[in-house]
Amino acid sequence: MAQVERPLPAVADPLGGFTQDALETHLKSLAKAPAFWLERKRAAYERFAALPLPGRKDESWRFSNVSGVSLDGFAPAQGEAASARKRRTRTEIEVAAAATLVFIDGRPAALGPLSAELAGKGVVVSTLSEALARHPELLREHFMAQPQKLGSAKFAALHEAFVQDGAFIHVPRGVEIEAPIVVIHSASGSGGAVFPHTLVVADDNSRVTVVDHFVSSDESRQLACGANDLYAGHGAKVCYAAAQCWSKQALSLQFNSTVVRRDARVQSLNVHVGGRQARHESLSQLQAPGGFSEMLAVTVAGGAREFDQRTLQIHQAPNTKSDLLYKNALLDKARTIFSGLIIVDPDAQKTDAYQRNSNLMLSDDAESNSLPGLEIQANDVRCTHGATSSRIDPEQEFYLKSRGIPPKAADELLIFGFFEEVLNRLESEDLHAALRTLIRSRVRM
Amino acid sequence: MSKLAETDMITEAMDNPVSGIDQSSGNFRYDMKYDFDAGTGLNERTVDYISSVKKEAPWLLEFRQNALKTFESKPLPTHWATRDLESINFDKIRYYLSQGTKPKRTWAEVPDDIKATFERLGIPEQERKFLAGVEAQFDSEAAYSNIKEAVAKQGVIFMNSTEALREHPEIFRKFFGKVIPTGDNKFSALNSAVFSGGSFIYVPPGVKVSHPLQAYFRINAESFGQFERTLIIADEGAELTYMEGCTAPKFSTATLHSAVVELVALKGAKIQYITVQNWSSNVFNLVTKRGLAHEDSEIKWIDCNIGSRLTMKYPGVVLKGRKSRGEVISIALANDGQHQDTGAKMVHAADETTSTVVSKSISVGQGRATYRGVVHIPRHLRGCKNNTECDALLINTNSRTDTYPAITVRGDRHAVQHEASVSKVSAEQIFYMQQRGLTEGQAMSLSVNGFVNELARQFPMEYSVELKRLIDLEMEGSVG
Repeated sequence: MAQVERPLPAVADPLGGFTQDALETHLKSLAKAPAFWLERKRAAYERFAALPLPGRKDESWRFSNVSGVSLDGFAPAQGEAASARKRRTRTEIEVAAAATLVFIDGRPAALGPLSAELAGKGVVVSTLSEALARHPELLREHFMAQPQKLGSAKFAALHEAFVQDGAFIHVPRGVEIEAPIVVIHSASGSGGAVFPHTLVVADDNSRVTVVDHFVSSDESRQLACGANDLYAGHGAKVCYAAAQCWSKQALSLQFNSTVVRRDARVQSLNVHVGGRQARHESLSQLQAPGGFSEMLAVTVAGGAREFDQRTLQIHQAPNTKSDLLYKNALLDKARTIFSGLIIVDPDAQKTDAYQRNSNLMLSDDAESNSLPGLEIQANDVRCTHGATSSRIDPEQEFYLKSRGIPPKAADELLIFGFFEEVLNRLESEDLHAALRTLIRSRVRM
Repeated sequence: MSKLAETDMITEAMDNPVSGIDQSSGNFRYDMKYDFDAGTGLNERTVDYISSVKKEAPWLLEFRQNALKTFESKPLPTHWATRDLESINFDKIRYYLSQGTKPKRTWAEVPDDIKATFERLGIPEQERKFLAGVEAQFDSEAAYSNIKEAVAKQGVIFMNSTEALREHPEIFRKFFGKVIPTGDNKFSALNSAVFSGGSFIYVPPGVKVSHPLQAYFRINAESFGQFERTLIIADEGAELTYMEGCTAPKFSTATLHSAVVELVALKGAKIQYITVQNWSSNVFNLVTKRGLAHEDSEIKWIDCNIGSRLTMKYPGVVLKGRKSRGEVISIALANDGQHQDTGAKMVHAADETTSTVVSKSISVGQGRATYRGVVHIPRHLRGCKNNTECDALLINTNSRTDTYPAITVRGDRHAVQHEASVSKVSAEQIFYMQQRGLTEGQAMSLSVNGFVNELARQFPMEYSVELKRLIDLEMEGSVG
């Protein structure tokens, strides 16, 4: 294993600043964590060090700029003084939250507590470190418990090894929470790496909405290597929305895993506007009959940035449903990659799976790559997918022009219209409005 | 017929010609008698040998040698393709059996199911023996020379690649290896190293070829090409339809077939290339097919895959000229033990180019059908359009289908759409037909035929009739 002493490298180091020493320093900062947690981290580090960086021939990194995912020059973020953290707890997502958690450089900074009523019902909204002390069994069961099937096993191991803290949300059986729980992950400084994590465990027949907001406090070069685990027990309803607004210099790697149990329903919406290069992997496992997973994403790709989205919908039981809709608007010299796969296991009869990727091309220099895939091993299924890449409908453009609307404004209007189809799927009006505002503030051309 | 004294070749009895898997068995000796057999395995000597037997020009020998190096340096593409490729033993394959070197087999050795299939398809007695490999010479000389004569009047050159290299090197060399470079993939490199046989066609400007040219006749006149190299050039404004293969199962003794087919459609030309592939189920069929479409030209691949153990074939069109059009129509039927890995590749390289892909696959029993596609629109073009549709039909509960398209679009002046669906035969339809007195099997066949009907109609009539019968056959025993 790569635990041998390394001399200072002259060339790009595949481990970056994530050396064995860095791990030891990190583990020391977690002195209070239980032994199993530290062991897991050591094991994860070994996996991270042993696995190769993605290469050009890697099918799961096809079309990606693999040279852009180098760890060279990054090291775990050190975190600022608590007082400095306090100052920046503002979010652009303006919704009335049931609870708010703020993490700055991976460390908890503020907690807008839960109402006494919900706390009384047993709802837990806390940090991972707190949960380690109080609910270790839930962490053991659900924290990064699902396989990494989309190509980032190395980075997921890095996340597990260096995750400092994160959000832990547990909704007990039958409890319904109306307002969203908002988690803000903020990163600062140059060369720092953050490992945001959000773990949501929704027990049987519960209902919860969770919003992750990823934001940088400055426009410097950062590494965000985040993960979120969603678990929806029988009959549970989980709505998860994430707004990725990292710095335009950031390298973002995010892994999402969703487990859907019997008759459960999970809706996840990812909004991507930040990062120099942002990869998002999303795995949905439909494990029991009646499960439904709705996977949504909108991406505003501008500049010379790359957005790389990889999804996998696995139907492991009969009578399950999944519906994916990923929309990208491409401006300037941006590149997007959508690679989606629907797998229907043998015997997962009566599967209903859908997948659609639409790319709105708004620049002659933009590039979209679409790889919508199917692997079907059961015959009584309904599986379809579609992918389109095209410009705005010229008729719509002409109409707006004829009304005297300047081309830039017309483009903006049409982008919003393009995204509305996705945002409309959200049940919560407030969340819809908040995300719309966020996208608008970022799209201004 | 041939300038080479190939007719008096010694035939070598193979111990196990039926399965055709063990190519090395047989009493192979280094004996003058086997002048025209390159033996098993592949090395520089094999390549030198093939080239010298064919009395080829030095540039071609060099071309073959370079190709061999490329082949050896390239790994098997198992990072995306099936690992089944690893079961090909390249050392046990005969890379060159010259014309006339035919496997000796008696009619009694032909498996019963193949015989039954011939019976059901209504293949004439003579032809059956040929198709089963009992006789390598089916008397189709007459048909071939008639067609050759008829089209020669129009100035069309239609001959095998070996002859063409000798008789028309100036045309051949100009286009050869230009559409599919040696290093395109491992198997195109293999073909470039050891190719023999295949067709060469040149259609002069403005000529619309009166007959569809059929490789079927020509190939019958020699032994089946294992590493065929076909080059078709349609000069400005010319039109041509070419047909390859036939619907009857072809019983091959060689387990690896790796052809390269290059089409060039010059300005305003039209080429339609029809393939019906029905190799026996021990064959790896790894084929590279691509056309180069110049301004205003049109290349259309109609590709139907029924046989083989593994077929990997993605006919492509490079749309090089403005307003050129490319089309792939693909039908694949995968039964037990078969993997049909087919698709299309459309590379747009000029403004206002259009491409269409329609693929329909049927998986029966444990068969696996895969669609793999590439659509590529590079920077700074305008008005390119692609439309891709893939439909898969799954017959049995454990049938499998995959779809892996890759679509790259650069710029905002194009329209690209891809759609795929997977379904099973409608239970209602089956029920209705059973109400009308059809058996479940008949109903299923009818339904599957309906599924491909829209595409099968584009085939020449005799092909679509045979295709229909063949589907009936394949569907038998798939229900109940």
